[in-house]
Amino acid sequence: MQALFAQLLVGLINGSFYALLSLGLAVIFGMLNIINFAHGALYMMGAFVAYFLLNLGGINYWWALLFAPIIVGIFGMILERTMLQWLTGLDHLYGLLLTFGIALIVQGVFQNYFGSSGMPYAIPDQLKGGMNLGFMFLPIYRAWVVIFSLVVCIATWFLIEKTRLGAYLRAATENPTLVRAFGINVPRMITLTYGLGVGLAALAGVLSAPINQVRPLMGADLIIVVFAVVVIGGMGSIMGSIITGFALGVIEGLTKYFYPEASNTVVFVLMVLVLLVKPTGLTGRAA
Amino acid sequence: MKTKLIASFLLGTALAVTTAGVAFAQDKTIKIGVLTDNSGLYADLGGPGSTVAAQMAIEDSGLAAKGWKLDLISADHQNKPDVATAIARQWIDVEKVDVFMDVLNSGVALAVNNVVKEKNSVMINSGAATSDLTNAQCTPNTVHWTYDTYMLAHSTGQALVKAGGDTWFFITADYAFGHALERDTAAVVTASGGKVLGDVKVPLNNADFSSFLLQAQASKAKIIGMANAGGDTSNTIKQAAEFGIVKGGQKLAGLLLFLTDVHSLGLNVAQGLNLSSTFYWDENDQTRAFSKRFAERMKNKAMPTMVQAGVYSGLLHYIKAVEALGGNPHDGAKVVAKMKEMPTDDPLFGKGSIEPNGRALHPAYLFEVKKPSESKGPWDYYKLIGTTPADKAFRPLSESACPLAKK
Repeated sequence: MQALFAQLLVGLINGSFYALLSLGLAVIFGMLNIINFAHGALYMMGAFVAYFLLNLGGINYWWALLFAPIIVGIFGMILERTMLQWLTGLDHLYGLLLTFGIALIVQGVFQNYFGSSGMPYAIPDQLKGGMNLGFMFLPIYRAWVVIFSLVVCIATWFLIEKTRLGAYLRAATENPTLVRAFGINVPRMITLTYGLGVGLAALAGVLSAPINQVRPLMGADLIIVVFAVVVIGGMGSIMGSIITGFALGVIEGLTKYFYPEASNTVVFVLMVLVLLVKPTGLTGRAA
Repeated sequence: MKTKLIASFLLGTALAVTTAGVAFAQDKTIKIGVLTDNSGLYADLGGPGSTVAAQMAIEDSGLAAKGWKLDLISADHQNKPDVATAIARQWIDVEKVDVFMDVLNSGVALAVNNVVKEKNSVMINSGAATSDLTNAQCTPNTVHWTYDTYMLAHSTGQALVKAGGDTWFFITADYAFGHALERDTAAVVTASGGKVLGDVKVPLNNADFSSFLLQAQASKAKIIGMANAGGDTSNTIKQAAEFGIVKGGQKLAGLLLFLTDVHSLGLNVAQGLNLSSTFYWDENDQTRAFSKRFAERMKNKAMPTMVQAGVYSGLLHYIKAVEALGGNPHDGAKVVAKMKEMPTDDPLFGKGSIEPNGRALHPAYLFEVKKPSESKGPWDYYKLIGTTPADKAFRPLSESACPLAKK
């Protein structure tokens, strides 16, 4: 029983990454209608930027949490301005193929220079050690990941669903011409939104750097699962992806306990089941 | 009419003699294919470095100066046996590849092993671990050069049991390699009076090991045996440190740990781990000289792993055997038979031999990863704590299930 609680907690921790990443994907899809396959590569870039900041600039983890998303976010905005914006109004498939190509190029470049096993990134001193919860030893850093990502997820949801800026954004995706008529610069808003989504991916990358090796393929391994999370949650639904992210982390954790061999596939089995019953995903609205 | 007939008969005979002559004056070409993981989790321990090592073997063999033509190609098998066998068939049928080098990943190696036998080609395996290649699945066309699960199990496993680690829990990569490594190590543990308390099979290329580490922790085993490799091992070690496993009194055993894994973990995390290897760059003057030349050619200036060193040595021996035959007969089994007949001797692995089952014999070393304070510079990672002589390091022929081993 104790072991089961431990697995639930570990599942929740992994769920934090799924939630952060799928949140960024949902924001981008909801606002820009782009299926951002480059998300995993941008997550990886977040981890690498944190690594460079530390090793080349002596800038520690805490500042990396701020700077890495900004730097990668700017890179994302350049991508949007130079490539993605030309796809406005076209079929989803074009965006998917373009971003997939971008992901392959970015990963290839990093792999070429840094190999495949990756680089070490230590846990910041303030978050080292752990607590004995009786049923498990909980590393403080992992607890921090759960709390921090929950706060970020809720803040992002609030920004988009509850603020005036969010309302403009949602309106701009519904009817860009009308919103432009009110004197709002729609293309700039879209660029900033893509930057925000990418920044979220990079933030997840910084969070994961001390737990996993900083590796060029770290995003490629994760992105397929995250897409499944988004599909199960309902494409474009902000709250859907947050809740599904955490929930799937837990389900995956339980599978690792009961039948580890299936832990890589359980998410996809669930995806199939959900799509059979509700093709728009759990919280998705019909298009 | 009659003269014409005689003339064409003579011409025919002349032609036949010339073609026979061409076939007889043997072919002085060798085509080498490095089949490896160029992009996945094992790319640093083999990958592009294996191709560099093969290129160096070709240059150092000096055969080109004697008028031979040696061609090298390489391909990425993506750790998928189906992709690998498709490449293998194409390489043999279309590209006329004579010898497959590296072929890391046990699942891939066992699949290519069958193709190589069927087509009478040659595989000199350096990267795969499974001892089945020279045991139940041995063929007259395969030489297993660098290491195998039997050696790892006996060298690391036995040392740890002797040091008091008599209860084990395995975290095992869920494919041919992990299964073989766990099987061979468990056998050693049990034979030495220890006990296996449990195991967990983990899908390949996993990023998060915390669930599995918790299960290992709950088992209360003294030793947690990591029957995985490459990026998987690095993440296991890193996360074990995070969950306080070693501090809690359990010991991690890296059953297969490569130099590049230690490099990527950093000594802070990896210090104190035991590992077995048949090659270390800082062993002697010869290995240092080779490794420096190798590192200069590598993009990230990495020192060679035992897999890459094995590609170099294995290929040198293959080339020597083909040269000794006077030319390339393009008959895989014949070349391998010659390789087994000749003693092995090269700057990296020293003197050795190849068993009838295809197992290359050389000493195996048990290392401990240095503390950061003990390391004098980049890549100075290991200290030697024990050596198993060549005749004891690998499975004895008397225990081999390979039909070729039966006299």
